[in-house]
Formats: sequence, C-alpha cells, structure tokens
Amino acid sequence: MTPPDRQKHLFDNPSNTKRVLYALYAICAALLAVDFFYHRHISHPWEPLWGFYGLYGFTACIVLVLVAKFMRKHLMRRDDYYDAD
Amino acid sequence: MLTSLPPFIVFFIGALLAALTRGAVRKGILIGTPVVGAIMLLNATHGIAVQVEILDYTLIVHRIDKLSLLFGYLFHIAALIGVIYALHLRDTIQHVAALLYAGSALGAVFAGDLITLFIFWELLAVTSVFLIWARRTERAYRAGFRYLIIQVLSGVILMAGAALNYYATGSLAFERFDLQHAGSWLILLAFGIKCAFPFLHNWLTDAYPEATPTGTVFLSAFTTKVAVYALARGFPGTELLIYVGAVMTCFPIFYAVIENDLRRVLAYSMINQVGFMVCGIGIGTDLALNGAVAHAFNDVIFKGVLMMSMGAVLLRTGTINGSELGGLYKSMPKTAGLCIVGAASISAFPLFSGFVSKSMVMVAMLEQGHPWLWLMLLFASAGVFHHAGIKIPYFAFFAHDAGFRVREAPGNMLLAMSLGATLCILIGVYPSALYRLLPYSLDYVPYHATHVIAQMQLLFFSALAFTWLKLSGIYPPELPSINIDAEWLYRRGGRRAMCALAAVFDSADAQWRVTANRGLQALRSVAFRSHGPGGLLADAWPTGRVVWLVIATLGFVLIYNYISR
Repeated sequence: MTPPDRQKHLFDNPSNTKRVLYALYAICAALLAVDFFYHRHISHPWEPLWGFYGLYGFTACIVLVLVAKFMRKHLMRRDDYYDAD
Repeated sequence: MLTSLPPFIVFFIGALLAALTRGAVRKGILIGTPVVGAIMLLNATHGIAVQVEILDYTLIVHRIDKLSLLFGYLFHIAALIGVIYALHLRDTIQHVAALLYAGSALGAVFAGDLITLFIFWELLAVTSVFLIWARRTERAYRAGFRYLIIQVLSGVILMAGAALNYYATGSLAFERFDLQHAGSWLILLAFGIKCAFPFLHNWLTDAYPEATPTGTVFLSAFTTKVAVYALARGFPGTELLIYVGAVMTCFPIFYAVIENDLRRVLAYSMINQVGFMVCGIGIGTDLALNGAVAHAFNDVIFKGVLMMSMGAVLLRTGTINGSELGGLYKSMPKTAGLCIVGAASISAFPLFSGFVSKSMVMVAMLEQGHPWLWLMLLFASAGVFHHAGIKIPYFAFFAHDAGFRVREAPGNMLLAMSLGATLCILIGVYPSALYRLLPYSLDYVPYHATHVIAQMQLLFFSALAFTWLKLSGIYPPELPSINIDAEWLYRRGGRRAMCALAAVFDSADAQWRVTANRGLQALRSVAFRSHGPGGLLADAWPTGRVVWLVIATLGFVLIYNYISR
C-alpha cells in the first residue's frame, strides 16, 4: 500500500474551493455586464438580446442535465447487463 | 524518388522492423517511423505520385493534394504522439498493430480510387482490432469481435457501392459523388458507419473504452478521421449531412452526462465533435469545409490529450469509472494540468485550438441560413463544455477524494501529453499555422471581439450551471451502470429475436423431422425386403444363373429389334 498522505492539498482547504466559486461568479457577472457596453455584429435574430449567450448556455446545461436524468430512469441498467446471460 | 513513396509503406516497414526488434532499438524504430514519414511528406509534390495498372484498372495509390496532405500531416503527428505514449510498453502486438493501423489510415487518405480505398478501409479494421484484444480480457475480446464485424461490414458495403458506382458511371475514381444512384448511397453508408452516424455509432462507444490505455489513444485518432476525410472528399455540400451532423452533435451529450466510464464519455464526446465536422461538410462552402477539416485536425490532438490523460489514470489506478475516482490532482498533478488543457481545447475556449476551428463551422451555418440548426450546435457547444470540459477533469481529478495515492504518469506518457497540449495552445494562439494548411481559400478571423465575448459568455454560464446543479444536488451522481443505446438492438434485441425465431423454427423443425423419419422408416422396410437377408437383390447369385440372365436379356433385345424392323 502507498503510505498515508499527510500533505495538505489545495482543495483540502474549503476556503480555496470558495475562492474558485467566487471567481467564477465574478467572471460571469463581468461577462453579463459587457453586454451593456458592447454591440456585437449579429447574424442571428436572437443575438442582440441582452445576455443571450449567457442565458442560453446556462439554460442549455440545465435542460441537458434534466433530460439526461430523465433518460437515466428508463435507460440505466446494471453494469453487467450485457454480460448476464 | 523517395519522396514519392506512399507513407503507408514507411509505416509497414516500420511495423515489420518493430516486430523483429526489442528494447531500445525498437523504441528508436517506433519514433523514427513517423519522423521519417513526415520528412518525406514535407518534401512531397502535389499530384498523382504513384499509380499501378492491375488488369484493366488503374489504381491511384498515392494522390497528393492539400486535402490529403492535411490529413497526412495530422496522422504523422498523431502517430508520433501515440508511439511516445506507448513507449513504456513491452507488448509487441500493440506496437506492431499501432504502426500498421497508422499506416493503413495514411494509405486510405492518399488513395485516389475506390479499390485502393477499400483495401485500406479493411486494413484499418483488421489492424486496429488488435489494440482492443491486447487488453486480454473476455470483455475486450467480445467487444473486439463486435467492432471487427461492423468495421468489415462497412468495408463490404463500400466495395458493393464501388462496384455499383463503376457500373453506373464507368469510373473508380475517388472524387465527389452525387447521390443519383444506389452505388453512391452505399458508399455514403459505408463512410457513415465509420463516421459513427446516429444508430450506426455504437461500435465506437462499445469498443474504444475496452481497448488498452494506449490502444484507445490510437483508435481515437484514426478511424473516424479517415471517415471524415472520405466524406469531405466524396460528399461535400450534401445537404442531408447538415442534419445528420446536427443530430450527431446533440444526442451523444445526453449519454455523456450519465455515463460512468470516463473513456466512454470521451467516446460519446467524439461523436459530438465529429458531428460538427459532418455539419461543415454538409454545408459545403469553403469556410465550412475548412472548418470541418481544421476541426478534425484539432480534435485528433485534443481528444488525444484527453484520452491519454484518462489512459494514464486507468494505468495508475486500475479503474476509469467516475464513481470510483476523484481527488487525483493530489497524486497526478501534471496529468491533471494537461487534461485541463485538453478540456479547454475541446470546449473551444479562446486561445485553445477548438475555438479557432469550431467557430468556422458555426459561422458558416448561420451564413448559409440555418438559424435553428445553429441553435442546436450552440446547445451542443455548451454541452461539450459540460460533459467533456468539466465532467472529465472534475470527476477524475477533483470531486471527492477517492483515496488513491498513486504515482504520477510515466515520463513518456507525460511527454506525449505535453506535446499534444502544446499543439492545442500553439494552434489556439497562432491559428494561421493551421490555417495555412487548409485546402480551400480562407478569409476568416477567429479572434474577433464578437466571437470571443459570445463564446466566453456561453462557456462561463455553462460552468455556472454545472456549479449550481452540483451544489443543489440535482446533478446526477456517477453510478456504476450502463445505459441502453442503439447497440441494444444487436446485443440484446437481436439475440432475443434470434431466440424467438429459433423457437418457431425448432417446433417446425421437430414436426418435419418426425414426418421425415416416418418416410425414412417406410423406405427402409421396403429396402430391407429386397436387400435384407434373404432378399431377392441381396442374394449372392451363382455364375450359371447370371449367364442365363445375360442370355435371356440379349435374346430379348435380338427379338425386339427383329420385330420392330
């Protein structure tokens, strides 16, 4: 066996995890704020909507995960499903 | 004229030499093969370099143009990275199979006619299956067989398509086909199988995760990209492909979210990336085709980095299930860092390679007036980041600490991953290095404020969604499980149908046997009467009686002839 690990690692400290999360929130807020100032060259009718890309990405991922969870209800089998006969 | 030597010959010779050598000499050959091949390719001139006359056919074995050259360079890079990654092995089968497989891929992209293409198409299947079997488990053995059957079937369909195409057009040339007759549809189907079109895709998610850690790295580089090349050569601007590609970008990401085997997650993600390429080929404008092949180039490298990092995890921990992993950043920090570079590239973060190629397909999609399909691709882009960009590194290297305290990946693996990661960043920062190699005219600037801001918003809010789902406990946990996909039809449904069919057949068969048996019995008793002991025909006749019989017969013939005159 490998010897027990006594070293403290980066994310053993919960406040480091918090820092990462706060950084993420700050970046998201900043990216939303950019939409107030920047007028993009658009090629799709939805693009000029405020916060379109952010909201689309956020919603897309929520929908993705919820649908995947729903699929799991019907499609998930034991991992030896195909071996068991 | 060494420069006109087809590169597959270099690889096949390399494979032969690797089979005959051991230790340091073989390592030299493994690395030397792609290097020598690349040097020869860099000095190659455009045009038909080698053609062979067989019977009445002219086989174009080595056709060089910008499209085939791009894939030629790519496969040399992939082969070099792959052999470095596999250098620590002492497995002759894997080393030899890898070189033969890479050589077959090169043979296929430089093939100028359908017969040559068919030969390498089948060689791809036959050589690569050994990378799966080299895992030496029952599961891998079976998965390898399923893989081989489907791959060989694709080749057979290609051959049938080529024959019908020859019948219809009188040409064996591997150029653009139009879908006017059955031959070209069959060719499209053959390409579609290797390209993992929806419902034809499960060979990939079935077999790749069962191969060895090094084997999967090679597998992920060649087969699907040869198919993308073949589509780009044979079916550019075929509108059907836009829709097929859009479906390919979307459906695998749902599976990827709930899949436990992290290499299978990457296999699903590969179908998703190939979907972007198929879309680009279907759109068929210069920008879209450039985007498709550029994305193929980048995908081989960043998917390679991701597959290599997961291979290293599998090698060190003995498992690749998300449910059993976590916290590996503590003991494999370098692998974790390199994996994140691959993850950022596949997610198309600005300054990483995926960004400069995927955006070309997206822009072309809007330019050609497909706003709804563009929304599908945008959904898929967010989904890629979600399942490949975040899920892979998160569940392997972070999440909860699963307690593994293992050694960092071997030096050769780290070197191979570093090479790949460097290319990801190099192409991302300096895209014109790649753009120069693209086959069609290009007037495109990836680093436009519009693109960069939009992409950053999309990605960071996807990350935000992941964070929220994870913190709120909605995110589905990694569970030891499998999910039913189209493969059920032949792995379960097919077997059940066969059993049902066999049951029907069995009763009919039993009926028939009884009847047939009775008939045989009757026949036997008749035969016994005449041929059994004491039977007329079974008796040994004395010579005298035979003589009388002959005389009687001859006499009869004589009299008959006399009367009939």
